[in-house]
Amino acid sequence: MFEATELNFRDNRVEWAVKALFLLMTLLLILPVLLILGVLLYRGGPVLSWEFLFTQPTNGMTAGGVLPALVGTIWLVVVALLASVPIGVAAAIYLSEYAPQNALTRAINLAIINLAGVPSIVHALFGVGAFVYFFRFGTSILAASLTLAIMTLPVVIVSTLESLRAVPHAFREACWNMGATRWQTIWRVVLPNSISGILTGVILEVSRTAGETAPIMFTGAAMFMPLLPRSVFDQTMALSLHLYTISMNVPDVPEALPYGVALVLIGLILSMNAISIGFRTVLRSRRKW
Amino acid sequence: MDRTPTPPREASDFEVGAAADRPVEAAGDVAGGVAIETRQLNLWYGDFQALFDVDLRIKQGIITSMIGPSGCGKTTLLRTVNRINERLGYVRTTGAVEVLGRDILAPEVEVVQVRRHVGMVFQRPNPLPLSIRENVLFGYRIHEPAARQASRGELDAVVEDALKTVLLWDGVKDRLNSRATALSLEEQQKLCIARLLPLKPTVLLMDEPCSALDPAGTEAVEELIWGLRGEYTFLMVTHNMAQARRASDECVFMLLGRVIEHARTDEIFVTPRHETTADYIEGRYA
Repeated sequence: MFEATELNFRDNRVEWAVKALFLLMTLLLILPVLLILGVLLYRGGPVLSWEFLFTQPTNGMTAGGVLPALVGTIWLVVVALLASVPIGVAAAIYLSEYAPQNALTRAINLAIINLAGVPSIVHALFGVGAFVYFFRFGTSILAASLTLAIMTLPVVIVSTLESLRAVPHAFREACWNMGATRWQTIWRVVLPNSISGILTGVILEVSRTAGETAPIMFTGAAMFMPLLPRSVFDQTMALSLHLYTISMNVPDVPEALPYGVALVLIGLILSMNAISIGFRTVLRSRRKW
Repeated sequence: MDRTPTPPREASDFEVGAAADRPVEAAGDVAGGVAIETRQLNLWYGDFQALFDVDLRIKQGIITSMIGPSGCGKTTLLRTVNRINERLGYVRTTGAVEVLGRDILAPEVEVVQVRRHVGMVFQRPNPLPLSIRENVLFGYRIHEPAARQASRGELDAVVEDALKTVLLWDGVKDRLNSRATALSLEEQQKLCIARLLPLKPTVLLMDEPCSALDPAGTEAVEELIWGLRGEYTFLMVTHNMAQARRASDECVFMLLGRVIEHARTDEIFVTPRHETTADYIEGRYA
């Protein structure tokens, strides 16, 4: 009565095959990550040293270190974050907590989605027109960072929106019923419970900002500039552009050098992410539901 | 418990900037006063009319239960008394709703003050994702300017007083800083009542306060509400006939957005004046 039939055998075989196939696809996902890191470590590893990190490029960028590019990338990322996080988080809070559902908010949502779809080279051209010329920031860290900020705004807004909406509505109702205003509700209940999700968006933004080349190429990054930037109105080198330059435009670069630069870039992104993830874990452990 | 009934608060309490701790006028017969009065109250959700010409006088200091089939407008009426319905945006109201003689729909009324004085407890306990202590202090911190300068000891006293009133103190006094959402449902519901008390509300609205609780929890919360009777005015929606019968002084029967009957609970259950009331009470309503 309870024995498997021929039909069951067939179903079970299909079940097994489907599961195996999906597992394989998932493993394929990890493969490129491992390969990239492996190749970078293998080929770029020997170049790495403290000296590499803390000296300037020399001999027409065929020797020396990456200090100006490393420092420049940090500048670009930090200034971009300072611009995009407040705007993105505030906009997301408005959309999630205040905005009525009407034609205007639908239009805004559409605009955000479209902004996310704009290619980065188009952002670059916009940045040149708007920040370099119209606002007269010149080719500078400020212009480049603002361009990066606009490019990453949709990421911040969408991820913030999602984490705000993940906070159960009953909490808001409870607050309003005790006579709390919207802002009191947001500040005391909604934000503390969504901050870890918001930080996830910021982490994503850091990764993207640090690695972008096109938007900074015309707006603020220089191919070679041994002096460190002193203010946001200076030009700067950046790791991503430096990598591009020594890979494509400079003759006689030792083969290991670009891999070393790439390794520094990846390492920078990973360590920035690690800091944010650690921060997020601490915040999440304090959550009370 | 030895409690002195709170006299009605001055009507100006609802206005913007009114001092919360203004001395209240000595009222005569507390139980005789009217806490909530609605006159010709009509309410629409968009095109759908949910309340029709509701005229109600809810007496002060007693428990009034509201019964009626689902969708009859009980909860809508309840939510009108602290104006939480307005949030939906497409709600339109005509007529008057008075709490202690003041029209809460009047333009000069500050909604925040209405909600401060008219607390609400929900079907499903909804403690905030904070510690037990912070749950009790949440409303207090928002509404009492004194809370900002208050010492830890003073705040502790507020917490202890509120939790003792809802008979929760002994169970939670050693874990006031643990999360409120980890409490049992019964404890959570008591906490939801406790967090309203530091605001010294006049009216407590209860939207099926026991429907998510097991029989023991139901009994405990009912007893609690019964014990607070006299000090606060309760308006309680319930689907549970037995609960309305044993735990309320007066009872309102609603049907299709209208008040059919409002009488003393023992009268309405023994000698209902309307046939539909009798049918509903005896489970014959279809």
